[in-house]
Amino acid sequence: MARIDLVDLAHSYSGNDAPAESFALKPVTMTWRQGGAYALLGPSGCGKTTLLNLISGIVAPSRGKILFDGVDITPLSTQKRNIAQVFQFPVIYDTMTVGQNLAFPLKNRGVPKAESDARVAEIAELLDLAPYLSRKAQRLTADAKQKISLGRGLVRSDVAAVLFDEPLTVIDPELKWQLRSKLKALHRDLDLTMIYVTHDQTEALTFADTVVVMHDGRVVQSGTPAELFDRPAHTFVGYFIGSPGMNIVPAEVRGREARIDGHTIVLNCSYDCLPAGAKIEIGVRPEFVDVAPPAPGLLAANIERIDDLGRVRFARVRVGDAKFSANVPPGFSVPGNDAGLVFDPSRVHVYADSLLVEGTA
Amino acid sequence: MDKTVNQRAWFLVLPVFLVVAFSAILPLMTVVNYSMQDTFGNNQFFWNGVGWFKELLDPSTDLGERFFASLWRNLFFSAVILAIEVPLGIVVALSMPRQGWSVAACLVILALPLLIPWNVVGTIWQIFGRPDIGLLGYVLNHIGINYNYVSNDFDAWATVIVMDVWHWTSLVALLCYAGLKSIPEAYYQAAQIDGASRWAVFTAIQLPKMNRVLLIAVLLRFMDSFMIYTEPFVVTGGGPGNSTTFISIELVKIALGQFDLGKAAALSLVYNLIIIIVCWVFYTVMTNAGAGRQASRGAA
Repeated sequence: MARIDLVDLAHSYSGNDAPAESFALKPVTMTWRQGGAYALLGPSGCGKTTLLNLISGIVAPSRGKILFDGVDITPLSTQKRNIAQVFQFPVIYDTMTVGQNLAFPLKNRGVPKAESDARVAEIAELLDLAPYLSRKAQRLTADAKQKISLGRGLVRSDVAAVLFDEPLTVIDPELKWQLRSKLKALHRDLDLTMIYVTHDQTEALTFADTVVVMHDGRVVQSGTPAELFDRPAHTFVGYFIGSPGMNIVPAEVRGREARIDGHTIVLNCSYDCLPAGAKIEIGVRPEFVDVAPPAPGLLAANIERIDDLGRVRFARVRVGDAKFSANVPPGFSVPGNDAGLVFDPSRVHVYADSLLVEGTA
Repeated sequence: MDKTVNQRAWFLVLPVFLVVAFSAILPLMTVVNYSMQDTFGNNQFFWNGVGWFKELLDPSTDLGERFFASLWRNLFFSAVILAIEVPLGIVVALSMPRQGWSVAACLVILALPLLIPWNVVGTIWQIFGRPDIGLLGYVLNHIGINYNYVSNDFDAWATVIVMDVWHWTSLVALLCYAGLKSIPEAYYQAAQIDGASRWAVFTAIQLPKMNRVLLIAVLLRFMDSFMIYTEPFVVTGGGPGNSTTFISIELVKIALGQFDLGKAAALSLVYNLIIIIVCWVFYTVMTNAGAGRQASRGAA
């Protein structure tokens, strides 16, 4: 159990001398508190697995330090770091029974048999593996195997953090939900720091209390699911999280007004000192843009199609060259393809060079 | 739906049937034919029934004694080379590099002995071991070890075994290396996290993942060593005395040396039968191991 500090941590697979832009993980400094549930979220190749492997010690960082409870563990081997890791594909020892699999890390550390048996029984109970203890691990289903991999981490009483590397990839959809709930419950019961790598936003948002969004080797935002939804700090967070993602369109912003395609939208805040020469965009989630019958004073749009997601409907519309997703209010029907867009001004954010700009009230 | 009846398909099977008939069935039947008869030359044959087989399997006769002596010799030889080559092959595979240019270099060096014809291997070692001009024989005698494979039973055996190890350990090593390469990196990482020692990694991950290729390696090496002929024949000619006369060498002596076609035919049939039975046992073991794996995949 530990607080984890990353201090100016960076990694390049082609050595420290590689150009800064080519680093798989660009320098990051952040603190993860003891007992937190964190998710590293991002598309393939964004550096999230690299970050995880740096923490577990499988990869040695090109730069920076990792502290567990204030102690620098960067030079320590994986074994000495006391972390548990669950991999994408279940790793089990084929020839052993479930019980032997769970006892393996304890056996390697020379824990007395009686103590190890008691601990294995306890963890097996926790993971609902107790009935299978004497079965060959090789014969079990993928989700049971993942539980064994997790169990091998949990049997060690001194484990500092549990790392998950896309652990649900090979699990059937209905079992995914069960296993995720199990993880949540374990996290509540055991007070462990858990770090969960995934590219699936649903998994990340439901598992973690803090989601760390990564893009192109950088941490672009770290916050609660609500923060990521309401105030994306980077346009990438805007469109990566949410389904459909945030609408990001180039606009001219002056004071309290944004102009898109010759139309003026009134904003909630005033943006007076935007950086000169920066690419200015406004971002608004589809949930906060409604389509309405065309009317003067509304941004004129052309409806291309309407996606019915069951509970909600989203319209794909076109404004000039820009594409929008917009909420279709219940009862709205389209006489033609023309429509107007109604914005919720408090939900419209302004981005300069992809970064969120704070306005003044 | 009715099947289309088309007898022309038989014509497509015919060439294969002919090839198999001329290459396997007819020669085998000729051998069966010989094994039931005796000949005194002049192409005259006399019916002998199962006489040769009775004699062959009765150790009190000359033929039976020779057969059993060479059979035990051969089994002992196979056991010794398996006991050496399998562990050695595993060790070589484990110590090979996993990536980089050195992988290719290692593979080429390992493959070299496998590419040398049996006859040449025999000749190499025959000369290598000679006390007068061979490097090995000369050096051994020079440092005070009395080594002569022509006159000493133990030296002859040692030479034949070392030669086989030199020739074939590569095969086991290459098969094991292929097995090792197929283990995903995550297993090693998990083992590292679980604090496994090098030995625990070997017994818990590497050996279980290699068991299929190891079975194949053992099968191939057993078959090959059980049928060995050329190399010991070139080096020792079966001597000194009969000490390195393996079954195949004995067989050639009877068939071509003494021209006892009946005895030789009976011996080859029994020899063949032993090999087929061992093959069948291995095949059953392997498919059963495979079935266990299939069942687990079905459940997953």
